[in-house]
Amino acid sequence: MPVKVRIPTPLRRITANQGEVDAEGVTIGGLIEDLEKKYPGLKERLCDETGAIRRFVNIYINEEDIRFMQGKDTSVKDGDEISIIPAIAGGSEV
Amino acid sequence: MSSFTDEQIKRYSRHIILPEVGGKGQKKINNAKVFCVGAGGLGSPVALYLAAAGVGTIGIIDADVVDLSNLQRQILHATPDLGKPKVESARETLTALNPDLNVVVYKEYLSVDNIMGIIKDYDIVLDGSDNFPTRFLVNDAAYFAKKILISGSIFRFDGQVTTFKHNLETSPCYRCLYPEPPPAGLVPSCQEAGVLGVIAGTVGVLQATEALKEILGAGDSLMGRLIIYDAFDLRFQEVRIHKDPNCPLCGRKPKIKELMAYEQTCHL
Repeated sequence: MPVKVRIPTPLRRITANQGEVDAEGVTIGGLIEDLEKKYPGLKERLCDETGAIRRFVNIYINEEDIRFMQGKDTSVKDGDEISIIPAIAGGSEV
Repeated sequence: MSSFTDEQIKRYSRHIILPEVGGKGQKKINNAKVFCVGAGGLGSPVALYLAAAGVGTIGIIDADVVDLSNLQRQILHATPDLGKPKVESARETLTALNPDLNVVVYKEYLSVDNIMGIIKDYDIVLDGSDNFPTRFLVNDAAYFAKKILISGSIFRFDGQVTTFKHNLETSPCYRCLYPEPPPAGLVPSCQEAGVLGVIAGTVGVLQATEALKEILGAGDSLMGRLIIYDAFDLRFQEVRIHKDPNCPLCGRKPKIKELMAYEQTCHL
């Protein structure tokens, strides 16, 4: 069963401007691989060259940060909503 | 109530009539000291609404002058202010709105050398900076100085707001949320710049609201919660921010024991 993944606006160029996409996988790591197949280039925005999730990108299952669960091994179940939330720093020019 | 002038009673009447504020709360607002990092997109609505609310002392730091490209969102400044230091333009706008106000301006860049000396005089710090080095510097300094930090950021069609109560040991910090800034070349604000101007208003006004609630000690604090605003699809989302026991700044075994400067990777 696919789950919904929320894509932040800076990454929507890769997802053909879709703010929400479907992905399949048993774990977050599996979801990322599935997303990469559907939207090539997305994985390198989320993960570094070792495959670890970048430190300025957070992934949440519902309201919880996967860093405080099992990271990429955190399991995903039907009906979960996944959100990708990168650090942003706009505002004013200080 | 007796310490208000007739004019102040009238000016703040819509606050004073609220049971959650009252004369006592308005007095707290009038005695509060807040510091705005930046007189730009976020700093504008933050400072304007806090000035209107009667916050007694508003400090603002910004080294820049008003540029035409700022006016799409930086509502502290107007067309006749072009070329003027932003902090001077801000001072004029804010004191015209509320002459009770004490505006303290710093026409300089915030740095490892000046930040601690500046924020020690304030109760609350509002971060509206546009770059990661400043954002991490403000977080670390507010943590060391045990100041409440209300953080807002915007980019393209997205906004984020949260509160770090560095005066409480239980509060997470910005590094619990994002441990490190993005490296050079991966900073999205360099590669894909742009922001829908009005988003600065939405996010800045949320920051100002949270500042007033912290001053009043009223309502639920945003501590431990990150609000994400997606203007394109008009969705507000909330996720939890945990205090990270492995945080390099506020964790059990901190690695960062003094302020550090990250390199500025680009200027817009």
